[in-house]
Amino acid sequence: MAECGASGSGSSGDSLDKSITLPPDEIFRNLENAKRFAIDIGGSLTKLAYYSTVQHKVARVRSFESSGRDTEQDHEPPYEISVQEEVTARLHFVKFENTYIEACLDFIKDHLVNTETKVIQATGGGAYKFKDLIEEKLRLKVDKEDVMTCLIKGCNFVLRNIPHEAFAYQKDSDPEFRFQTNHPDIFPYLLVNIGSGVSIVKVETEDRFEWVGGSSIGGGTFWGLGALLTKTKKFDELLHLASKGQHTSVDMLVQDVYGGAHQTLGLSGDLIASSFGKSAAADKEFSKEDMAKSLLHMISNDIGQLACLYAKLHCLDRVYFGGFFIRGHPVTMRTITYSINFFSKGEVQALFLRHEGYLGAIGAFLKGAEQDNPNQYSWGENYAGSSGLMSSSPELCPTQRFDLLEMDRLERPLANLPLLLDPSSYVPDTVDLTDDALARKYWLTCFEEALDGVVKRAVASQPGSVDAAERAEKFRQKYWRKLQTLRHQPFAYGTLTVRSLLDTREHCLNEFNFPDPYSKVKQKENGVALKCFPRVIRCLDALGWEERQLALVKGLLAGNVFDWGAKAVSDVLESDPQFGFEEAKSKLQDNSGIDVILGVFPFVRELLSRGTEVILACNSGPALNDVTYCESLIVAERIAAMDPVVHSALKEERLLLMQTGSSSPCLDLSRLDKGLAVLVRERGADLVVIEGMGRAVHTNYYAALRCESLKLAVIKNSWLAERLGGRLFSVIFKYEVPAE
Amino acid sequence: VSRPLHPHVHWAAPPSLSPRQHRLLRGQASIPSPATLPPPRPGSLSLDGRAVDPPRVREAIGREAFGPPPAYLDWLAARWRNGRGGRWRGRLCLGWTAAEEATRVSALGGWLGRQRRLLRMGAGRLGVPMERHGRAADTYASAGEPAPEGPDGRRRELLRRRASSASEPPVGSSASASAEGIRRNRPGSYSGAPSASRQRVESLRKKRQLFPWFGLDIGGTLVKLVYFEPKDITAEEEEEEVESLKSIRKYLTSNVAYGSTGIRDVHLELKDLTLCGRKGNLHFIRFPTHDMPAFIQMGRDKNFSSLHTVFCATGGGAYKFEQDFLTIGDLQLCKLDELDCLIKGILYIDSVGFNGRSQCYYFENPADAEKCQKLPFDLKNPYPLLLVNIGSGVSILAVYSKDNYKRVTGTSLGGGTFFGLCCLLTGCSTFEEALEMASRGDSTKVDKLVRDIYGGDYERFGLPGWAVASSFGNMISKEKREAVSKEDLARATLITITNNIGSIARMCALNENINQVVFVGNFLRINTIAMRLLAYALDYWSKGQLKALFSEHEGYFGAVGALLELLKIP
Repeated sequence: MAECGASGSGSSGDSLDKSITLPPDEIFRNLENAKRFAIDIGGSLTKLAYYSTVQHKVARVRSFESSGRDTEQDHEPPYEISVQEEVTARLHFVKFENTYIEACLDFIKDHLVNTETKVIQATGGGAYKFKDLIEEKLRLKVDKEDVMTCLIKGCNFVLRNIPHEAFAYQKDSDPEFRFQTNHPDIFPYLLVNIGSGVSIVKVETEDRFEWVGGSSIGGGTFWGLGALLTKTKKFDELLHLASKGQHTSVDMLVQDVYGGAHQTLGLSGDLIASSFGKSAAADKEFSKEDMAKSLLHMISNDIGQLACLYAKLHCLDRVYFGGFFIRGHPVTMRTITYSINFFSKGEVQALFLRHEGYLGAIGAFLKGAEQDNPNQYSWGENYAGSSGLMSSSPELCPTQRFDLLEMDRLERPLANLPLLLDPSSYVPDTVDLTDDALARKYWLTCFEEALDGVVKRAVASQPGSVDAAERAEKFRQKYWRKLQTLRHQPFAYGTLTVRSLLDTREHCLNEFNFPDPYSKVKQKENGVALKCFPRVIRCLDALGWEERQLALVKGLLAGNVFDWGAKAVSDVLESDPQFGFEEAKSKLQDNSGIDVILGVFPFVRELLSRGTEVILACNSGPALNDVTYCESLIVAERIAAMDPVVHSALKEERLLLMQTGSSSPCLDLSRLDKGLAVLVRERGADLVVIEGMGRAVHTNYYAALRCESLKLAVIKNSWLAERLGGRLFSVIFKYEVPAE
Repeated sequence: VSRPLHPHVHWAAPPSLSPRQHRLLRGQASIPSPATLPPPRPGSLSLDGRAVDPPRVREAIGREAFGPPPAYLDWLAARWRNGRGGRWRGRLCLGWTAAEEATRVSALGGWLGRQRRLLRMGAGRLGVPMERHGRAADTYASAGEPAPEGPDGRRRELLRRRASSASEPPVGSSASASAEGIRRNRPGSYSGAPSASRQRVESLRKKRQLFPWFGLDIGGTLVKLVYFEPKDITAEEEEEEVESLKSIRKYLTSNVAYGSTGIRDVHLELKDLTLCGRKGNLHFIRFPTHDMPAFIQMGRDKNFSSLHTVFCATGGGAYKFEQDFLTIGDLQLCKLDELDCLIKGILYIDSVGFNGRSQCYYFENPADAEKCQKLPFDLKNPYPLLLVNIGSGVSILAVYSKDNYKRVTGTSLGGGTFFGLCCLLTGCSTFEEALEMASRGDSTKVDKLVRDIYGGDYERFGLPGWAVASSFGNMISKEKREAVSKEDLARATLITITNNIGSIARMCALNENINQVVFVGNFLRINTIAMRLLAYALDYWSKGQLKALFSEHEGYFGAVGALLELLKIP
C-alpha cells in the first residue's frame, strides 16, 4: 500500500530481495494462460498487469432430447443439468515493492507457458531503469508507453467499470471513506496527479485529454525538502513525523500578525499567513515533527489551491487526486481535502480512487490490448481475488507485500436502466453498512452464521466430486477471511452493503468451482412446480377478477418465501421438507421453482391476457436458488406447452425472456444487460415490477423510476423486519407512481 | 535512482542559467544603467544592527532612462529636475480629497457616471456589501489545520466601513475649521497652491491635518513608515513649531538608519511633493516588526502624544499593537484596512511618479542576460489590474477601479516562506544574505527538471526541458543532498516560491480575465532574480498575453495609503 514502503529510500532498487519465496497460487494466479503483460514501475512500487483466462465449472441446463418421455412420472426432473467447463477472461493486477521485482520476474518466467507473448508494455519512471532486467528475464520486448496516457486510460477504465471507485475522504468521521456512486457520464473531469511534481490534466473523452497545468511543488518537494529539513530519508517516515507535529510553531498565523484582534475582525486566527514565517528567526530550533507538518500543510494547501483555480477555469467540479503523494495516505488525503474545501468554499470536492495505484498499469495494459477491444466489454471487480482498500491505521494493516486486483470480463456489456429517474443519483442499495454500524454488525454476523449451511449445500451439490469437501473448506476459509476483513475495514471494496456481501460470497463460491450449488434444488423444485402449474391456473381462472388479482399477488409473494438465502426460511425448509406452497401462502407472503412457476408465471399470464406485453428478466448467472435466464427459457417452454396464453405470447413476442446481466441475488439497475436496456427503451416499458427481498428491499427500495413501479417482497429476516417496523414474513407491496 | 516520475510541471527557472547569467542576475549591475553604480554590498545591509551602511541606490531605469542621476546626490538637484522634467502634480493631491472626488464623479454624468456611482455605492459607502467583503476570513492565504469554516466577514466589513467613513466629506466643516483655526501650531500657513480654485484650497487647508504626517503599515515581518517632511515651512511657522515636532523632523531626515535595525530607503525618497497644499519630501523607512516595542518606546520618549497627532496605521500589526500604542505611548491608533490602503497607496504613488521618472516598470527580454532591460511602463490605463502583494504571505487583488476591487485569493507561500526556509536550510540571518546566497547558487542541482526525467522537452504536453518538474525533487537522493551548496538551496527556495506565486497569479489573471499584473511587496526588494523570473514566467506560460509590472516603491504602498487616509481626517 505504501508507495514508498520499507524501501522508500533513495537507494531502493540497488538491493533486490531475491530470497523471497512467493506463494504461487495466491499472487500470480492463472499465469499458465497469461498473455499481454504490462508493467508500471514507479519510484518504489511495481504494478504488473496481465490478461488471463480462467476455467470455471458452470452448471448448464438443457431440455431432454426426447420429447416422447413420460413427463408425468413423479420423480422425473424437468430438464437435465450438466457441469461444463467455461472459459472466462480475467485481468490480473499485482502490486509489489520494487525490491521484489527480480524475484517476481523469475517467478513469472518459470511459470509462463504461453509463448505467443512477445512484448510487454511498460510505463512509469522506473520502466527505463528496469528495461534490461525485464527483457533479460522474460525475454519479452519492452514497449514504453507514455505515463500520462496510461494513467488516464486506467482512470477512465476504473471509473467506468468499478462501482464505488471514487471516494471522498473525511477525517474523524466513521467511516472516513465516502464512496461516490458512479456518474453515468464520467467525463469531463480533472485529474491531479501528485507525483514528484504535480500534473493537472483535463479529461474530456476517452481519447481526448489535455495537460492544462501543473506545479513543481509536489511529492518530490515534500520528500526532498523534508529530507533536508528533518534529516529523515524516507517518505513514509516524513509523513509519520508530519502526523505528529504542530505547524503553528513554524508557520506565521493570522493571529501572529493581528494579535488577539483577529477575533473581533472575524478572521480565523488559525489561518496560515506565511508558511515557515516563524522560522525566519535565527538561532531558533524547531522540532522535526513541526517542520514536517508545516511542510505538509504548505504543499497540500498549494496543490489544493491550484487544483481549485484550474477547476474554476475549466468549469469542472469533479477532481480526482492520485500519485504517490496521495496513494492511500490518510495524512495527505486529509490535508488535500481540507485545502480543496477551503479554497473552493465547498464547490469542488476532492475525490480519491480505490485503485489509484493501478491506473498506470491498467492503462499500459489497455494500450497493449487494444486489438482485443477491452473497452467494448464491461468488467467487474472480483471480490474474491482482490485485496481491497487497506485500512488507514497501520495496526490493522501490517504492510502487505502484495496487493491484488482482479477483474472479470463480463459476458455482456452493461448499461443503465433507461427508466431510472436520475441515473446520476441512483443508489441501488438501501442500507449503507459502512455507515450503519449496527446493521453492519448484524449482517456480518448473519453471514458468518450462515456460512456452515452454505458450505454444506456446496458439498451436497457436487456428490460425485472427490475434492468437493476440500474445495468447500477452502471456500469457507476464504469467505470467512473476507468477512473478518470487512469487519475491520468495511470500506475495503467500496460501500459495504448486503448486496456486496452476497456478491462476495458468490465470487468466492465460483473461485472454488461451486458455480451453482442450488442447481439440483432448483431442478427438483421446478419439476414439482411445473406439475402444480395447471392446477394453480385452473383455480385462478375459476375466481372472479378481483379475487383473482388478490390471489395472484398472494401467489407472487408466497413464491418469494422459498428463498434459500434467507436464514429464517432455510431453517424451516431444512427441518420441514413437507413445508409447501399452500402453507407458505397461508403464512403470509423470484426464486426458482415455486416462485417463478407458481408465482411469477400466473401473474405474467394475467398481464398477457389483458393484452400487456411483458419482458421477463432473470439473472444471467446463478445466485442462490434464483432462477437463471437459461432455466427460465426451459420453464417458459414447458409452460407454453401446457398453456395457450403463454404459448401464443411467446410466439408473438408479447412475452420476451431476457437476462439482467447480473449474477447476484440483488440488482443494480445501473449495471443491467445492455440488450435488456435497449429492449426496455424500444418497447417503451411503462411498468417495472421488481420482486424479491434482494432486488426490492436490499436494493432498489428507494429507487425512483420514470414510470410506475411495483416493488414486492416478503421480509424473510426478523432483524430487518423489526428495523422496518414490521414482523417476520411481513409483506412489502410498494406501488409507486412517478411525480409529475 | 528510481523515483516516481509522473511530474510534468512548469513554472520554471528561465532557461539556460549559466554561471555568467547568475552573476548578471545578481544585482543592479546586471541591468545596464547610464549611471554606472557599483554593485551594492548586500552583506552590509544588515537589519540586525551589526553594520548599517547607507542603503543601496537603485539604478536608473533602463538604457534610455529619462531620469537624472539618483536621488541621493542632492535634493536641490532633484528639485530642479522635478520642476523641469516632472509633471505638475497639484491636481493629484486635490484629487485625493473626497470633495474633489465627488465633483469629478458627478461631472462624468450620463451612464458612466451612474455606473461609477453604483460601483462606489457597492463599495460599502451606503452599506451595500461590496464584493470583496464576501472574502470573509481568507484575507490570509492558506488553511491552517483546525481553522473553522465560513468565518464571519461582517465584522470586518463594519470595521472597514468605520475606517472608510473617516474619509467621507466632513459635515459642518466650517465649524471644525474654525475650531482648528484657534490651534496654535496649525501647519500650512504657506499659501502656494498655484492654479486650483483658491476657495477650495482655503477650505482644504483649514481641514488639514496637524503635523507630523505619518503613515504606518505594520506587517508580519516589516514595519513600513512613510513620513512627509514639509519643506515649505515659513519662518513664522518654524517659530511656532513645538520642539518635539522639530526634533522628530530632524531625527528622521538627518539619519538614514535608526537604532540598530531601522533603515531609511533614501533612494526612494520622493522630492518636492505637493500634498494637501504643502510641499515637502516623502521619506520611506522600514524596520522589523519585532522592534515595534522599541518604536513605541521611542514615541513615548519623544513625547509624540503631546503633538495631538493621529497615527494612521494599517496591516495586522495595527491591531496587534493597538493596545501597546495606547498604554505605553499614550497614542490612539487610527486603524485602517490594509487592502484599501494598499490600493490607494499604489494609485497615488504611481500618479506622482518617481522624482520625474516612471514609478512602474517592466522587463523586456527578462530571460536574456544580454538583452534584458528594465523599462518604464506608463500605467495610464490601470484597470483592470491584478495586484499581487508579496509580503510575508501573498494577497492577490483584482482592481477594477479605485474603489472597486476584490481580494481574489492569497497564498501562504510568500516572502516569509522564502526567508524562513532559507534560514533553516542555510543558516542565513538576513533577507539580504539569503538573496545574496541565492544569486550565487544553482537551483538545477536541487530541482528536478523536465529534462532530468525525459532527457529533453516533454513534447506530449509541450513542456520545455528546462521547466522544473519537481522543486527540491533531486533532494530525495542522498548523494545529491550531499552535493549541493547552501547557495544552491537558497536559489532553489527563491525559484520555488517565485514560480509558485507566478503560477497562482497567472491562474487568477486568467480566471479574472485581466492581463496586467502588478507585483508589489517587500519580497521583491533588491530581488531582481524574482522579478525577472516572474516577468519571464508570466510571459512564457501565457504566450505573451500577460504582462508582469513592478513598482519602485514596492513595499511601501500600504503605508502611503495610511498617510493619505490621515490627510482626509477632518
